[in-house]
Amino acid sequence: MSAPATTPAYVTDELIARDIDEYLRRHQHKSLLRFITCGSVDDGKSTLIGRLLYDSKMIFEDQLAALEADSKKVGTQGQEIDFALLVDGLAAEREQGITIDVAYRFFSTEKRKFIVADTPGHEQYTRNMVTGASTADLAIILIDARKGVLTQTRRHSYLAHLIGIRNLVLAVNKMDLIGYDQGRYEAIVEDYRAFARSIGITEFVAMPISGFKGDNITAPSPNTPWYPGPTLMAHLETVELDTAIDQRKPFRLPVQWVNRPNLDFRGFSGLVSSGVIKPGDGVRVLPSGKTSTVTRVVTFEGDLPQAVAGQSVTLCFADEIDCSRGDVITRADQPTEVADQFEATVVWMSDEALVPGRPYWLKIGAQTVTARVHAPEYQININTLEHIAIKTLELNAIGVTKITLERAIPFEAYAESRALGGFILIDKFSNATVAAGMLQFSLRRAQNVHWQALDVTRELRAGLKSQRPAVLWFTGLSGSGKSTIANLVEKKLAHIGKHTFLLDGDNVRHGLNKDLGFTQADRIENIRRIGEVARLMTDAGLIVLSAFISPFRAERELARSLIPQGEFVEVFVDTPLAEAEKRDVKGLYKKARSGQLPNFTGIDSPYEAPEAPEIRIDTTQMTAEQAADAIVAYLLDQ
Amino acid sequence: MTYMKNVCFYYVSAWRSLARFETPSRAEPIMEASAASPVTLTHLQRLEAESIHIMREVVAESEKPVMLYSVGKDSACMLHLARKAFYPAPPPFPLLHVDTTWKFRAMYELRDRMAEESGMELLVYQNPEAKAKGINPFDHGSLHTDLWKTEGLKQALDLYGFDVAFGGARRDEEKSRAKERIFSFRSANHRWEPKSQRPELWNLYNARKAKGESIRVFPISNWTELDIWQYIHLENIPIVPLYFAAERPTVERDGLLLMVDDDRFRLKPGEKPVMRSVRFRTLGCYPLTGAVESTADTLPRVIQEMLLTTTSERQGRIIDKDAGSASMEKKKQEGYF
Repeated sequence: MSAPATTPAYVTDELIARDIDEYLRRHQHKSLLRFITCGSVDDGKSTLIGRLLYDSKMIFEDQLAALEADSKKVGTQGQEIDFALLVDGLAAEREQGITIDVAYRFFSTEKRKFIVADTPGHEQYTRNMVTGASTADLAIILIDARKGVLTQTRRHSYLAHLIGIRNLVLAVNKMDLIGYDQGRYEAIVEDYRAFARSIGITEFVAMPISGFKGDNITAPSPNTPWYPGPTLMAHLETVELDTAIDQRKPFRLPVQWVNRPNLDFRGFSGLVSSGVIKPGDGVRVLPSGKTSTVTRVVTFEGDLPQAVAGQSVTLCFADEIDCSRGDVITRADQPTEVADQFEATVVWMSDEALVPGRPYWLKIGAQTVTARVHAPEYQININTLEHIAIKTLELNAIGVTKITLERAIPFEAYAESRALGGFILIDKFSNATVAAGMLQFSLRRAQNVHWQALDVTRELRAGLKSQRPAVLWFTGLSGSGKSTIANLVEKKLAHIGKHTFLLDGDNVRHGLNKDLGFTQADRIENIRRIGEVARLMTDAGLIVLSAFISPFRAERELARSLIPQGEFVEVFVDTPLAEAEKRDVKGLYKKARSGQLPNFTGIDSPYEAPEAPEIRIDTTQMTAEQAADAIVAYLLDQ
Repeated sequence: MTYMKNVCFYYVSAWRSLARFETPSRAEPIMEASAASPVTLTHLQRLEAESIHIMREVVAESEKPVMLYSVGKDSACMLHLARKAFYPAPPPFPLLHVDTTWKFRAMYELRDRMAEESGMELLVYQNPEAKAKGINPFDHGSLHTDLWKTEGLKQALDLYGFDVAFGGARRDEEKSRAKERIFSFRSANHRWEPKSQRPELWNLYNARKAKGESIRVFPISNWTELDIWQYIHLENIPIVPLYFAAERPTVERDGLLLMVDDDRFRLKPGEKPVMRSVRFRTLGCYPLTGAVESTADTLPRVIQEMLLTTTSERQGRIIDKDAGSASMEKKKQEGYF
């Protein structure tokens, strides 16, 4: 076995000494590739990265001297240089001999600059690897040639695939330790191919390497004459970049900031996430749907003839249309979907488990909205890829779940766009980033409806009626008096010339919602539809009264989230169960008690009383008439 | 009706495209992208776009941001990027220089010039306690850095109530920085806890914080020293002339070449300033910053020397050598940038 030659190409360039101007010119045109290395503690990951840094001359003499000293002190490679020590960072970790976080390393060749995300292969792997992989164009899956495809190989490959990395390199490492055995190498690759296919990975590039000895890293190794493929470095230098692919997709720009230094200039700043736009192109701003034409692509250096994916720019429009942070600018004829409920894959990253139904902040692009994560449909066991029924997600768990937002947002499926499909969840109390997720598809068929910007606004409609729209959401036990009071309130409002509408079980269950039963899912859908109808009616300028038991806090919050702030008035008709049961106007409690009405609120299904309703009516203290007067007074006060 | 609309539309777009040619175009125009051949952005263009994106996020999501400006080459780049990010508006935050009174004179000159040129407010903070006690690099060793810089920075941030401070640190500078987040959270007493940092995915930064907490944001995290130099070269960014070789009065002390920048420099018995052709790879307090002998008096020649040289950037600074290889990390936990 002969040692592979270190290639002069990556060592100090003779050109630097001879013609620095020419060297600089060449290096100005480098592109940028971000990749991640995945492997477990002993696969030689840090050694490989150390080797890439070393071979590309990214290590200075004083670092090398320190490295040699460290290698003798704590190194695991005897007297030889332990490259791993170059990249294992924080003091505490170094003593334990493991990396515990994501570290970023840099090296470059004449063709490309590289940013390497180095993530550990132990218990925090999921959180760290997903973080490191989220910005990577390529993943190197390291395998110890002596051990072959292991559980962690599958895990790493699954995560890389999940996060949407298209370029996978299977680096069969430590070939020196198996005597560069071609047969064993090919068996490992075949084994991997079978597994990869089973999880939907159609393409990967395999190569036999030794990070420690340097085989096939920067120069073809004389020890593997049977391997015809590129060296690792050559592959990294030529693989197609994600930004190149992004440019071929439809134009999208999430607006980060509105630049308005004076009355003469109004620009919309952001990073183009995909596509190309030129002055003269028609654009559409989502979610409003308003359209205009691009007039300028403004930068510090002067206007550009176009903006492409990967550039941070400022766009000016021909018309003064509303556009603010969080909106997405698209080509007029290629808008994104707009939706507020999704199926998503979520990676939980916090010690505190997911609480289904609790509001979290969801940040996607430049938008931050309140989101409710439903109970997960299932968790994915990342070792076996089995689906497990589960009620919550704990640290490092990956699950598929439904997410409901307080308002509709422009988005794209993650497979189409990392920028408009990838999100983080933020705990509203601790402010910690608790999860990362990927939107798969919307669950509501809003995708082809592009809101027509209307000239007659809700404010105008309400103004014509001389009233402020509102939703009076009555909640309380069956028989508490909701309908009676709501009916009185509507009468009183009509009497003083207000335009109202009362939604109750009779006019909703028999028409709009007659396809719905009483399962959990149907109850949520029932409330959602009522909320949507109420919203449309408030848009029309009406005062809406709704009288439903609506026993669950989460459902009422869902309804509240649909209505503009300040217009939702929760009216808690507070009647003790004993009192309601004593009244039993419709004889329902009697039926429920005798078991003829399962899931009856208050009997065998809970009623979650509102914690902070806008109005609380204690029916043991006041008459229906008094209650109605109090509610009308509240409305008129607003 | 439809016909009329179309006519109007074409008229408008023709007028717009005429207007477009009146504005100056970029020196090196980006080629037209098409389905067949996408535009390849260079690594510097992508780094620039990322840094600008980060700065805009901060401005959109914070209450009172500030840019820490140390007048070095990294600060120069960061300031340049800020001007690009908000153009044609000036960057909507002030510059803060945490001064030790011991910087090179040339640094103070460039600092004042750049503040004026960028149209930004310049805040200079000198720790009154350090000033009163006459803390200096000759008598007080590492206390000098602690009081003027570490304490001075905390005091300044508290005084003005800044909730986000941009810093020009890079991940390639030092091993413990490689794991630093772009948004780095500090407790109410400015401590950095390596275990409680937030994961950063895609380009989504979580800038939410409780009252009293603050964030240090490093928009040039992913730049290397070579990137910085290349960018300064390409963009013609003004930097302190000390980065270029010139004849300067120096003395050799403890293996470092120190420049005698003013008459506060205490010469030891037998020491006599000697004119040497030197330049500086990093800039700090002049009595603590070692020069290298060099004749590189242009930017390409500085870059050439940097590429051919075999010692890493921070070696000229005394600060890293205090407690072995973990010293920077310790300093960071205490609140040093």
